[in-house]
Amino acid sequence: METKTGNIFGINGPIVYLKGNTGFKISEMVYVGENRLVGEVIHLTTEQTTIQVYEETTGLKPGDVVTATGNAISVTLGPGILNNIFDGIQRPLQGIAEKSGAFISSGVQLDALDAEKKWKTHLTIKEKDYVSGGSIIAEVQETSSIVHKAMVPPGVEGQILSVQPDGDYTIEDVIATVLLSDGTEYPLRLAQKWPIRVPRPVANRYPASKPLITGQRILDTLFPIAKGGTAAVPGGFGTGKTMTQHQIAKWADADIIIYIGCGERGNEMTQVLEDFSKLIDPRTKKPLMDRTALIANTSNMPVAAREASIYTGVTLAEYYRDMGYDVAIMADSTSRWAEALRELSGRLEEMPAEEGFPAYLASRLSQFYERAGLMQNLNGTEGSVSIIGAVSPQGGDFSEPVTQNTKRFVRCFWGLDKSLAYARHFPAIHWLTSYSEYLSDLSPWYANNVAHNFVDYRNQIMTLLNQESSLMEIVKLIGSDVLPDDQKLVLEIARVIRIGFLQQNAFHPEDTCVPMEKQYRMMETILHLYNRSKALISLGMPVRILKESGIFDRITSMKYEVPNDNLSLFENYHKEIDDFYEEIMKQNA
Amino acid sequence: MSIEYLGLSEINGPLIVLEGVQDAAFDEIVELTVDGKEKKLGRVIEVYEDKAVIQVFEGSDNMSLKNTHTRFTGHPMEIGLSPDILGRIFDGAGRPIDDLGPVNAEEKRNINGQPLNPVAREYPRNYIHTGISAIDGLTTLIRGQKLPIFSGNGLPHDQLAAQLVRQASLGADSNEQFAVVFAAMGAKHDVADYFKRTFEESGVSDHVVMFLNLANDPVVERLITPKVALTAAEYLAFEKNMHILVILTDMTSFAEALREVSSSKGEIPSRKGFPGYLYSEFATIYERAGIIHGSEGSVTQIPILTMPNDDITHPIPDLTGYITEGQIVLDRSLHGQSIYPPISILPSLSRLMKDGIGEGFTRKDHQDLANQLFSCYAKVGEARALASVIGEDELSDIDKKYLEFGKAFEQQYLKQTETENRSIETTLDIGWQLLSMLPKAELDRVDTKILDEYYPDDSSQK
Repeated sequence: METKTGNIFGINGPIVYLKGNTGFKISEMVYVGENRLVGEVIHLTTEQTTIQVYEETTGLKPGDVVTATGNAISVTLGPGILNNIFDGIQRPLQGIAEKSGAFISSGVQLDALDAEKKWKTHLTIKEKDYVSGGSIIAEVQETSSIVHKAMVPPGVEGQILSVQPDGDYTIEDVIATVLLSDGTEYPLRLAQKWPIRVPRPVANRYPASKPLITGQRILDTLFPIAKGGTAAVPGGFGTGKTMTQHQIAKWADADIIIYIGCGERGNEMTQVLEDFSKLIDPRTKKPLMDRTALIANTSNMPVAAREASIYTGVTLAEYYRDMGYDVAIMADSTSRWAEALRELSGRLEEMPAEEGFPAYLASRLSQFYERAGLMQNLNGTEGSVSIIGAVSPQGGDFSEPVTQNTKRFVRCFWGLDKSLAYARHFPAIHWLTSYSEYLSDLSPWYANNVAHNFVDYRNQIMTLLNQESSLMEIVKLIGSDVLPDDQKLVLEIARVIRIGFLQQNAFHPEDTCVPMEKQYRMMETILHLYNRSKALISLGMPVRILKESGIFDRITSMKYEVPNDNLSLFENYHKEIDDFYEEIMKQNA
Repeated sequence: MSIEYLGLSEINGPLIVLEGVQDAAFDEIVELTVDGKEKKLGRVIEVYEDKAVIQVFEGSDNMSLKNTHTRFTGHPMEIGLSPDILGRIFDGAGRPIDDLGPVNAEEKRNINGQPLNPVAREYPRNYIHTGISAIDGLTTLIRGQKLPIFSGNGLPHDQLAAQLVRQASLGADSNEQFAVVFAAMGAKHDVADYFKRTFEESGVSDHVVMFLNLANDPVVERLITPKVALTAAEYLAFEKNMHILVILTDMTSFAEALREVSSSKGEIPSRKGFPGYLYSEFATIYERAGIIHGSEGSVTQIPILTMPNDDITHPIPDLTGYITEGQIVLDRSLHGQSIYPPISILPSLSRLMKDGIGEGFTRKDHQDLANQLFSCYAKVGEARALASVIGEDELSDIDKKYLEFGKAFEQQYLKQTETENRSIETTLDIGWQLLSMLPKAELDRVDTKILDEYYPDDSSQK
């Protein structure tokens, strides 16, 4: 095949123009200049070809050669993705460090996955088997916790002609061949390529039916996300977006985590790398890194690769979903991605829409979030991709275009609040601005797997919090002394809920991740306290007396006192509440 | 190789256009000679076939379409570096202005730097003692961190930065080499003089490198000043194994210079006229802080910016806050009450604090104590808001206690003098003294064991 080439005509930051009809394809990957920088064709006319370059363009000159590769910009999918860290176009950062030192220089040529490493492979097909796109052909223990399943690439279909025996193979060795319907032979390998902007095909999409358990009380109990769901975490700086993402990445009950650091801080990625290598997954008892892949395109890395990093991440996720795994993507932050779109759009001199963002912002966002879902894969297995995207609104103002457009395409909204963060109430997710549309989809699951009245309790808690907020309006004007006692009790109980239930300490060994059962028992205990206190108040007991007993403070600290593996201690709290009730009744009988 | 071109085809503010050029590379540096004597430097910011758009650092004064010679150097902007730069003063583009002659360069470096690979970074954990309670106790500075000061016009950010330079120490193991890189972008002469004097008086001036682009210096030069300074800092830190504190003042002038150039290029503006790439531009500056695995040096950044109209949601502080690891916010009303340093602690934050304090670094109660002070001070705000509506007398007893606590906190904890260097123990102990003004039951952020150990007993009956 002849390679098409063109010559640079103009350069403006990461955008390069070629003159004339080059015959390049749209979205095709190209190599630019002497250093062979990676680029992508983004716009074609008969007079001009426009390319965005994923590396620093310093030193490029008009006349430099651009070579087409014939392929769309793609990722390599195969064993070696997990427990690894890549840049926005899937170059391994570890490899880059070995090649170019502590700083990333441009034009580093590296394979995405280690092509030398031999994987111990077990072939699951035999000759004469009929295979089609998605069929599993081999299994490899990729990390201590995950078995990697090599699959037939989508679109390939036919009878197996030959199969290699079990043994050690690299990702490039041919492990089987297929006879296609047109009579040609197609070699199958452990790895395959897939263009990042094209969703991998599935057989079917299922409605959400089970929650992604995160161990975070405000999420699991109040605003749950489903496996295959989408959520947005918007918040100004310092409100704890990244912390929330880290907590979910650590404790969510997904099989695989893809963490995309898109235009964020370098030190944060280092922290994820360090922490996740040390932390142990509570379910598999293996290091968390063994189920995690990181994509790090920090804010000072080239802007075009930042735009691509989101797609790279979601493509990796879809690949593991095809194996039948539940995958969760943390995208931190989608605003940086939107800003990369804006920056590139500005360089292309496109007509801006709101706040300088391009008019296609909304359609790009929807394309990204729609790649989430609970799916029946081509090979019949069931897998899911959940997307949790952080949003960094300008000035912390949720009415800006990225937050607003994201809200249209996600079904969970976890709004972080500045005043909560200032008071160091973490997670600073505000219970009045947040919502989850999955609650009704997930109700049957909670009823069957946690408790039949779980959702009922959850709604009672929400009602109390809402009552508190309207009462606080009054308190702000005239002080709390004038409220009747039953309303004062609502304020006291809401305080217990806020501090004892919603606040969660990510640095406390017991409190950082809380099982569903404990979340339920905590709610139950708080509501029991409320009901008993309400009974006393209806008999004319002032709230002051109840408060002096210290029972409210003890219930507030139960999150630290009850270990996650000994929930029977909740019985003591129940007894204490009952005793307290009886005692007061006796004293005042 | 070096062809000289005579004449220009367009001049537009600091931008000039040259046609008929061969082999001009993107981002390359050009040398301009005006009327055969005046030398200027410029940078290629766009090329189209044989046409190059050049941004002139010194501005286009005196230039005509005919009197200018242009020479393409064939490389991006570089500066010469050697350990001799310590104690020297340079202009915003890295040329000596202290009459001590040129620097004998040991090596030349591209000022644009390269992104630091996250796998090569070491996560910062060592705390820097500053002697300022509000910083040590509540927004602890960590070696390798970027922690900006968000200030406003007329607030004492310069005094605070100078105090940080004088007092910053690494504690016991302080035989490590320590130096300051100071970069002024559009700073006033008085400010530059103030810093120069402070460095001399405190005897650190032979460990300071200054890059000065003053308020009346060319605007475009401001765009490269922080990059030149950080290139020097990286060299000293990662080649010479020194611990470098970089002070950048004022980032607002930098952003405004960027806007000026962007608008004369005719680019599409995004927020408040700033170009869409303001975030990326900031990031390439702020992200040049950190520690590299296996290297002994570090770069710690304290950028200073003045918030236009004290508005923290303005694009400059907003985008900065999204990149830096926290922020120290100064407050005009505290300043009005003569509280120095006027640090507004609620919006202030140090993201790296949690991993650099506690047992083995400062003291085991530090984190809990800090959380409790933040939380109590937030309640002070609520009580004050209530008091302003219903009057102080009508407040409940506990709210009155909070008002008292708030006043004492500002006077005893925040307030100190410009020369006072408090030890970390003193800072923490003052914190506990203040908390003892409140009933024990109100302290809901502290682990029970720590509370029992540190809550002063004599006042627990209050």
